[in-house]
Amino acid sequence: MPTRIEIGLKRGVKDARGNAVVKKAKGFLNLPLRACRTRDVYKLDVRLSRKELTEVRKAFTDPVVAQSAVNRLYVPVFDWLVEVGFKPGVTDNVGRTARALAEDVLNRKLDDGEQVATAVQYFFKGDQLTRGQMLNMARQLLANTLIQTIGIFSPEEWAAHSVDAELPKMPDVPVEVKTYDLSGPDQELLRISREGILSLSLAEMQAIRDYYLRPDIQAARARHGLPVDRPTDLELEALAQTWSEHCSHKIFAAEVDYEDEHGRRETIQSLFKTYIRGATEKVAEQIDWLVSVFVDNAGVIRFNDHLNVTFKCETHNSPSALDPYGGAITGIVGCNRDPMGTGMGSELLCNTWGYCLGSPFYEGEVPEGLFHPRIIRDGVHHGVIDGGNQSGIPYARGFECFDDRYIGKPLVYCGTVGLLPAQINGNPSEEKQVLPGDLIVMAGGRIGKDGIHGATFSSEELRQESPAQAVQIGDPITQRKLYEFIIEARDQGLFRAITDNGAGGLSSSVGEMAEFSGGMDMDLTHAPLKYAGMQPWEMYLSEAQERMTLAVQPEKIEAFLALAARRDVEATALGTFTDSGEMIIRYQDQVIARLDMEFLHDGCPRMRIPALWRKPSPPTPKPSRKGLCNRHLIELMARLNVCSKEYKARMYDHEVKGRTVMKPFTGVQCDIPGDATVLLAEYDTKEGIVVADGINPFYSDLDAYAMAQSCVDAAVRRIISVGGRLDRIAALDNFCWPDPVLSEKTPDGPYKMAQLVRANKGLYDITTAYLTPLISGKDSMKNDSVRGGRKISIPPTLLISTVGKMDDIRRAVSLSFKEPGDLIYVVGLTKNELGASEYFRMLAEEQGTPEHCGGFVPEVNIPEALATYRAMQCAVEQGLLRSSHTPTLGGLGAGFALCALGGDLGTEIDLSAVPCEPDMEPEAILFSESNSRFIVTCRPEKAAALEAVFEGVPLARVGQVADSGELYVTGGMGKNVVHARLNTLRASFKKTLDGI
Amino acid sequence: MKPNILIITGYGLNCEAESRQAWNMAGAETSLVHLNDLIEQPARLHDAQGLMFIGGFSYGDHMTSGHVFAQRVKHRLQEELARFIAEEKIILGVCNGFQTMTKIGLLPGVDGKYFEQSVALMHNDCGTFQDFWIHVCFEEESPCVFTRDLGPMMLPIRHGEGKLFTLDQGLLDEMEAKHCVACRYIDPATEQPTQEFPHNPNGSLNAIAGLCDPTGRLFGLMPHPEAFLFPENHPHWEQQHLWNEAPAQGDGLKLFQNAVDYLNG
Repeated sequence: MPTRIEIGLKRGVKDARGNAVVKKAKGFLNLPLRACRTRDVYKLDVRLSRKELTEVRKAFTDPVVAQSAVNRLYVPVFDWLVEVGFKPGVTDNVGRTARALAEDVLNRKLDDGEQVATAVQYFFKGDQLTRGQMLNMARQLLANTLIQTIGIFSPEEWAAHSVDAELPKMPDVPVEVKTYDLSGPDQELLRISREGILSLSLAEMQAIRDYYLRPDIQAARARHGLPVDRPTDLELEALAQTWSEHCSHKIFAAEVDYEDEHGRRETIQSLFKTYIRGATEKVAEQIDWLVSVFVDNAGVIRFNDHLNVTFKCETHNSPSALDPYGGAITGIVGCNRDPMGTGMGSELLCNTWGYCLGSPFYEGEVPEGLFHPRIIRDGVHHGVIDGGNQSGIPYARGFECFDDRYIGKPLVYCGTVGLLPAQINGNPSEEKQVLPGDLIVMAGGRIGKDGIHGATFSSEELRQESPAQAVQIGDPITQRKLYEFIIEARDQGLFRAITDNGAGGLSSSVGEMAEFSGGMDMDLTHAPLKYAGMQPWEMYLSEAQERMTLAVQPEKIEAFLALAARRDVEATALGTFTDSGEMIIRYQDQVIARLDMEFLHDGCPRMRIPALWRKPSPPTPKPSRKGLCNRHLIELMARLNVCSKEYKARMYDHEVKGRTVMKPFTGVQCDIPGDATVLLAEYDTKEGIVVADGINPFYSDLDAYAMAQSCVDAAVRRIISVGGRLDRIAALDNFCWPDPVLSEKTPDGPYKMAQLVRANKGLYDITTAYLTPLISGKDSMKNDSVRGGRKISIPPTLLISTVGKMDDIRRAVSLSFKEPGDLIYVVGLTKNELGASEYFRMLAEEQGTPEHCGGFVPEVNIPEALATYRAMQCAVEQGLLRSSHTPTLGGLGAGFALCALGGDLGTEIDLSAVPCEPDMEPEAILFSESNSRFIVTCRPEKAAALEAVFEGVPLARVGQVADSGELYVTGGMGKNVVHARLNTLRASFKKTLDGI
Repeated sequence: MKPNILIITGYGLNCEAESRQAWNMAGAETSLVHLNDLIEQPARLHDAQGLMFIGGFSYGDHMTSGHVFAQRVKHRLQEELARFIAEEKIILGVCNGFQTMTKIGLLPGVDGKYFEQSVALMHNDCGTFQDFWIHVCFEEESPCVFTRDLGPMMLPIRHGEGKLFTLDQGLLDEMEAKHCVACRYIDPATEQPTQEFPHNPNGSLNAIAGLCDPTGRLFGLMPHPEAFLFPENHPHWEQQHLWNEAPAQGDGLKLFQNAVDYLNG
């Protein structure tokens, strides 16, 4: 008989959780709530004597502030009660912890049938609240009905309601292996693909059908007792997963017919091979610190003679659209597993995050089935906060980028930097090996229905019927235990290779590792499951989290499993790697799948995609009235894409490990976002790791070539700005695109594909010139939503994440002005480049024509940029700089303001001194977003030395730091351009998202 | 001979690297021991002169921070810990470790009564996890061996549940009378203890940031001294360098040096 325990805070104890709900409900929904008290509910399906139950209840309860009761705790005065629990099969992390505590109290292991589930109660007080209002609030703020249950009770209903101690249970269904008949006509093949959420095209379905008609295949299948001419469910699912856009990057591998604006045509054989890998191969000819690129879960570069750095960034967009919290926490802990599964396993140094979202203040209609961007934002932050903090990994960089085209699909970027000793047990740490006879071992969490079809689902647009089970919830603590165990096992030499279970689960991880040895033979009979009632194909495809797959030498398996048990980590041998060329899967003494490894990995037919580039030329906004620069700067500082994001960012741990030197927020008041973050690589040296990023989807509206180059330039020059080395920067490329493949639903595919081609060309041209290798990356190519009958496509978005090196972190320079009297210089040429700039978008929005933000998009003058960066390096090495900042959105105007606010020091600037193109208006100089520029300061006595270092680079002294508490900008001949108090600027910068 | 400090790891704790670094820099030896290994071989505890409960998210902070880890320690290691305390050894808890120590009942331990929880560290008044640097002062009259002769300093806090709370005013008065409050949040403008956010980041009663037992040998605090070992950890290190005000080592190290000095007699 299940039992229920309710735990609540004692009278007189503040309920911070309840207060937070009231604050949100008032702020976001205008709901007249007066108070909210919360309680935790535990439902135990555990064999307990009465005495044991009391002991368990007591152990669950904090004796100082809480009280508890079996069944019902006394009922407080309330108007409505909302109880939120989990649906069957959903990960209940608190329930898992409670179960572990019960085991400690009872001093015995609970069996699989004995479970603990949790729920939370919210007792609300407020006048004239309706059931409908409560339900709406619960759906928006308290629960996601995709994975959670909501119960709403009036006081009378609650009094009459029987005590509910039932745990959510998965229905037990018999195990069955199905087969698919592929002999039907084309539309039948398409139906099978669609209904099975396989995302296989007709050509792909036909290729699969033809494979099963081959006599050699049929003979091999007959030998294993399989139906000869048709796939089993597991086979078809494994093929669909392996061939999914998500896993095999078909668009980047496709043959592209590209036509540029002059009608010149070319055929590109794979964007990835031509431009991404092609660029890195070219760079590799001139640098010697690449260790492993594009072959492993994360890129690996040499840091010093005994340490390598690994870096990977991922997106988790579709899951975050459906369940922002679960999708995002899975995003970050999933990305952590990439460096963890790189080489022999990296230690995790720091995380990065970045979100592209609709405005949290969006007032338009949100298509049915999608969340309001504010709810997505809250959930995504919460998920990555929990994931990163609980894993004990500090975040180094975070950004938010707002545009209402992200309402259909939010972009959730999560990155992780790892450290890998150059050698482990005397062998190069980046090398992994799988030999025939090695055991296939899965370690970490159990297999559940969570995340089935994640890979294929994210390869589609968001539809009404997108599957609920595509949502997973991460469990950082299970993963932390797994992580520590893996590092321990690695150092003891207990495995030969490792990779993570991400999209596609075992299908992907074992499939990839089996390529090393040339085959696999696996038995799913004893695979550890969260609950009964799973089909073998579901076990194989499950994306249940916190799992790594390892190849363990037979002679090490005993020691491996023993260490796992001591660390409370579940590990199971599931079969062996072979060299047979076959993938064999068994279940209860029967072979249920057999595929040729070669067909699985190389059998997918190649796509051919048209791309047609026609340069768009939207009008510019109408010129603003003269003399509004001051007002415009103050307004611009408050705009969503410029303003402070500190309120949410402070909820992320950025100090754990005690290595941060340049923190995400800097300045006298610690409230100005830094250009790049610097961390100590090791405790006993002064070498630093520098992390930065660049993103600007707005430029894509004019030209994705310039967009890509601007992103790389920003990500590189931010590292330069804090003092990092130009010759040791590596980058990651994360493409998020709307579907660029021409089809009935995407008639503008050729244009979007051309944008992709141009972004790739831009990336190639700049990274090969900068000698900045792309060491890893990812693409997400179906970021469209068709819910509610409305197609919303994201703007083409490229995130460039960079990691760099400093030889001595004591040379790091922040953006804050340091002392009155310091001279302010602008480095680099300011051009009339306001196209798609923050300023033009502000004017265009004010004028009611938001798309009228054309003009010249910022480009990169590569030779001039390189000369500038080399000069910056010299200035840093000679200790000439007191502060350094590189402007991006909002140009010099926002840049001067941030430097002044950072130092809390007044500033006098003469705009007419800024090196710029001829005939530029003051507002153009102030708000142009030209690339490759810096605002730096130095002591007056260092002026000559500084100017000498920048010989040949555009540089001018534009003013000085003052003791005034004001930002004072003149336009030459004393003309007043900006005259604003720092307090005003700071308030404007900080108010927009304060508390939100 | 250098004193040996045992640092317990596992189950989501995550400050082992910087905690070990802190003790080593202060002149102690350290052993990192997984909780399960310690439960299996409790004798290892007695090889050490000091014990540290480190920061992190034991059991994901589920069922309130430190609660489940504390229960496990209490169920499995109570006798060993009692002996360790009786032998006049030292115990330090930082953040999650402080939460764990209060929940085991090691702090504040007034009247020498251990293993019964008497105060809570609960949700910050602001309702969320917070990471920033705060100012603390150390009470001169406290017997705490970790905080002797320390002036005010800045340290990072990073927690969601750091509000020290009890409904028992008598207990609070007794803690004050016995000088168990070793460390408080202060407003840097006044240098006085404060209840105001953000200087008091969680609403802790009497601005309590850290507690010791009446012997001064058991000590826990929410701020992270082990995250301020190097001058460049400080948020204003650049300015300090410019005015030659940078300390030679991070201020947080001083707490560990005090403890090592104590153990070295």
